[in-house]
Amino acid sequence: MKRLFFILPLAIFLGMAVYFGIGLTKDPRSLPSALIDQPVPDFELPALKPEKPGLATGDLKGEVALVNVFASWCVPCRAEHPLWMQLAKTGDVNIHAINWKDQRKAAVDWLDELGDPYARIGFDLENKAGIEWGVYGVPETYVIDREGRIRYKHVGPLFKETYVETIEPLLRELRG
Amino acid sequence: MRAAILAILCVFLLPVGGAIAVQPNEVLKDPELEARARNLSKDIRCLVCQNQSIDDSNAGLARDLRVLVRERLSEGDSDEQILDFLVKRYGDFVLLKPPVKASTYALWYGPIVIFVLGVIGLVVFMRGRRPTAATQPAALSEDEERRISALLDENNQKDG
Repeated sequence: MKRLFFILPLAIFLGMAVYFGIGLTKDPRSLPSALIDQPVPDFELPALKPEKPGLATGDLKGEVALVNVFASWCVPCRAEHPLWMQLAKTGDVNIHAINWKDQRKAAVDWLDELGDPYARIGFDLENKAGIEWGVYGVPETYVIDREGRIRYKHVGPLFKETYVETIEPLLRELRG
Repeated sequence: MRAAILAILCVFLLPVGGAIAVQPNEVLKDPELEARARNLSKDIRCLVCQNQSIDDSNAGLARDLRVLVRERLSEGDSDEQILDFLVKRYGDFVLLKPPVKASTYALWYGPIVIFVLGVIGLVVFMRGRRPTAATQPAALSEDEERRISALLDENNQKDG
């Protein structure tokens, strides 16, 4: 009993050290979305380019799809862009986009330079849809199921490994 | 020299106000609503900078949320309705002060629990140190008494 009394502070210290140690390995910028398993919020965005449709709530029903939030001023968006180009080539899944707090011309030029992998692009200069979606930075990527519910949110640039490990299996599962 | 020191001291004594991020064009005409907006903004986290409220952050998103708060206030929303709106979209993290609910009980009541445990521990520890029959030194034996008086006598003779 007495010995336990002396070991207790050490045990508590070690417990806290492990707990906080694990906390340090997590990314504080990656916040859980409040909208997981919720229907896509009500929004309607005009098209970014005249030849490509805009994006609204109704467009995200009926098929499993990805929604990528990007901006031309966002450097990590440039880093993840080759993945979207690659995915668009395979035609595996429809990728829609919300162009967030961007200038129209800058965004169009950016897509002309890097390629345009998106099926639909909504232009959200004023962050109207962004607030509805709980967007707090770019890039963000959402997985939408057939019923038009948000099933997953990835914050930050998405790279091949993460895509293969988390998003691809989820897409397969959602398609049943 | 003295003037220089005085000047430096004066700089430190200047009233330190928080950096104000609210732009003049965001301010509402109705001072009462504006005051509510300022008050509410202080409790809403800027999700980009994370440890600043939207009231003192210059981030673009903070500005958007400040404008949104003011729009909703002008439309007659209550403070709770606005906070609800934001929590639904951004989660509890958007509140600088976490709500009291099952998942945050440890956060809110943990310190009190630890304090009480500490007090209990302290009481137990102090009790353990109070002299008891077991810790009282045993009385001297006859032999020891005799030796002490012999030593004292010896001392007295030397001094005398």
